[in-house]
Amino acid sequence: MRTYSYFPGCSLEKMAMSYHQSAMQTTNKIGVELKEIEDWNCCGATTYFHVDELLAYTLVARNLAIAEKMGHDLVAPCSACYKNTYFGSAYLKEDQDLSDHINYALEADNLHYSGSIEVKHLMEVFVDDVGLEEIKSKITHPLEGLRVAPYYGCQIVRPRKDHEDVENPQFFEDLMSTVGADPVDFTYRLRCCGGSLIITSREAALSLVRDLLQSAVYSDADVIATACPLCQTNLECYQMTVNREFGTDFSIPIMYFTQLLGLSMGLPPKKLGIGTEFVSADRILTFAKEKV
Amino acid sequence: MATKPSFSEEVSNLMHASHGNPLKTCVQCGTCSGTCPVAEFMDHTPRCLIGMINANLKEEVLESNTFWYCASCFHCTVRCPKEIDIAGLMYSLKRYSIWKHTYPEGAIGPVFSETFVKSILRSGRSYEPVLAPTYIFSYGVREFLNEAHTATNLMLKGRLPVLPPRIKRLENFKKMANKIIPMGGA
Repeated sequence: MRTYSYFPGCSLEKMAMSYHQSAMQTTNKIGVELKEIEDWNCCGATTYFHVDELLAYTLVARNLAIAEKMGHDLVAPCSACYKNTYFGSAYLKEDQDLSDHINYALEADNLHYSGSIEVKHLMEVFVDDVGLEEIKSKITHPLEGLRVAPYYGCQIVRPRKDHEDVENPQFFEDLMSTVGADPVDFTYRLRCCGGSLIITSREAALSLVRDLLQSAVYSDADVIATACPLCQTNLECYQMTVNREFGTDFSIPIMYFTQLLGLSMGLPPKKLGIGTEFVSADRILTFAKEKV
Repeated sequence: MATKPSFSEEVSNLMHASHGNPLKTCVQCGTCSGTCPVAEFMDHTPRCLIGMINANLKEEVLESNTFWYCASCFHCTVRCPKEIDIAGLMYSLKRYSIWKHTYPEGAIGPVFSETFVKSILRSGRSYEPVLAPTYIFSYGVREFLNEAHTATNLMLKGRLPVLPPRIKRLENFKKMANKIIPMGGA
């Protein structure tokens, strides 16, 4: 049994509850335990860093300190939470002054971060820690014939964390192949969804969403798979708005990779939070057929 | 005798936490502008803005909408052949313009950011409904109706929180923030 300190992040509390549910169900199937970080706080999203960087990293450090106290590596399903927490931890480890200053603030909550844990995105847990072979052994309902557009988005791959391939990553495609689906050649798989521009610069964000949906449709995808609640919200909840604003006719389901994984493991759709989406995922369900 | 730092030096100082190379190493190749997915909406492309900073065109830079269009996708940062953290630069300029209050009246970006921060410091977690007033009034009728439609759908699907979330050790959390930035009675 692998155990992690789990940092769901604000979106997964409600807006992206289906990501949380499907993450819990699928990790449970592969012997991974996600222990929620007790009393976690917001990671600061992108907006906090617009105002004050030091305070933003202090917020990040509080979650890290609690996760460290629990004794496990931290895992975040949201790409923005992941990026902020990953770099917060890295900066605290390499900069003694920063670490002293922030730990002084953490004393107010009787906490201290010494930098002994790693920070991972939920997808890394599946692909790197558990491994595709192990996952494959749990696939009872392969999604044969399902054309998936694997949408990486931004912060799961950027900025560069180590020596990973930021221009041509393959891990998402590999995971989708493992569940029996066909990852399509999705030109815009690394392009930005607009993030919080959907609020601050609506016109720009909607045009990014339109381009992404168009790219997935060009590649003849049945579904777009995401690994981030903000990507999912922009592509899905604003799909109808895009149709109204640009006169398009998109109707493509946007699902979390954990939901597709769950279907291929034979988990009931309801337990994966399927049914709360704007663009129905019903036709995707028919691909999950039991192996004979 | 003390000398006043130039604008380009000021911006470089603001980027002290960024791990990229100094802005003055920019060779104006334009890879950032070619990569940026929202460059077409900006009044100056990222390449142009860096050139303007290096030329100390302070007023023009601060009047620009470029950095408020940056969605932090970091594509420019990973592609820059001189390894300048361009997305980090955009963050620095956002902080500078909030700090000096140089952003235009009615701009959504800075007001949204400040409201977001205040709301987190009040409760420890983010809560979408308190953020809506920061932008909804700037919308036209059609945008407003579209937004209302999206919100209604979210509500019907049970995806909008009814009550604001709140962390348990909120008092400690506020004290912690106060040790970084003393905020009077906060």
